[in-house]
Amino acid sequence: MELGAVAFYAVAGASLVAALGVVITRHVVYSALLLILSLSLTGLVYLLLLADFLALVQILIYGGTVSVLLLFALMLTRPEDGAVLNHRGWPLAAVGALLLLGALLFGVLTTDWTGATPGPAAPPSRVSVEELGEALYSTWAVPFEVASLVLLVALLGALQIARSTDAPAGGRGEGADR
Amino acid sequence: MVPLEHILVFSAIMFAIGAYGVMARRNAVLVFMAVELMLNAVAINLVAFAARVDPQRFSGLVFTIFVITVAAAELGLGLAIVLRVYRMRTSVNVDEIDALRW
Repeated sequence: MELGAVAFYAVAGASLVAALGVVITRHVVYSALLLILSLSLTGLVYLLLLADFLALVQILIYGGTVSVLLLFALMLTRPEDGAVLNHRGWPLAAVGALLLLGALLFGVLTTDWTGATPGPAAPPSRVSVEELGEALYSTWAVPFEVASLVLLVALLGALQIARSTDAPAGGRGEGADR
Repeated sequence: MVPLEHILVFSAIMFAIGAYGVMARRNAVLVFMAVELMLNAVAINLVAFAARVDPQRFSGLVFTIFVITVAAAELGLGLAIVLRVYRMRTSVNVDEIDALRW
């Protein structure tokens, strides 16, 4: 087995173990840290799949931004130490997830993917950032602009929702109507 | 070269783990983390198909960039809502936020 394949299985396996840790650990901060680990390892998988730019984006956005956002949210919402993190019906959720996994694996393994693998004539090539940028700003220019609009709306919406309501107009009253 | 099926199996397992997290977790922030795992599994699929099926064009990679963008926007908005809910009810457990339940 060649080196790239070995690296893929090692990195993908580690990523899955970290992902499993995210959903079963009892400490919320460990959960966030394992999520960062899992998503960064997925970035390495992108690297092995010859998508360098995406690997960089993945590690920058998830390792740098999303992690800080999640840790801030955990810090601000302060879950108590002994808090029960799972629903009572979590075994049912596990059964449902296993059924879903079975259905997905059935679909993946019974489908004939031979038409989807490049022949020896067309080996997968490394996509350069220049080409990707050109495609993004020519073929995909309109979706790109829409994405920027989505980010702007999300930014304004998040500001409006999370804004402190201690303003004179009686913002305190909201906490009362439980 | 890793066969396409193995990458898809990797992504399927990650999606199932995320789905389990969404269904089993009570804390809304942990639910968001599980949603991130599910979105990540979808992105892996897109990158795998871009690398294996369509190496000369960029549809898969560009789609992945959009998935990451929308995931970031969703996380920002979602965490803002979580913070607001925490300020109103001092709890972010999804089973206690039942004001809309009849």
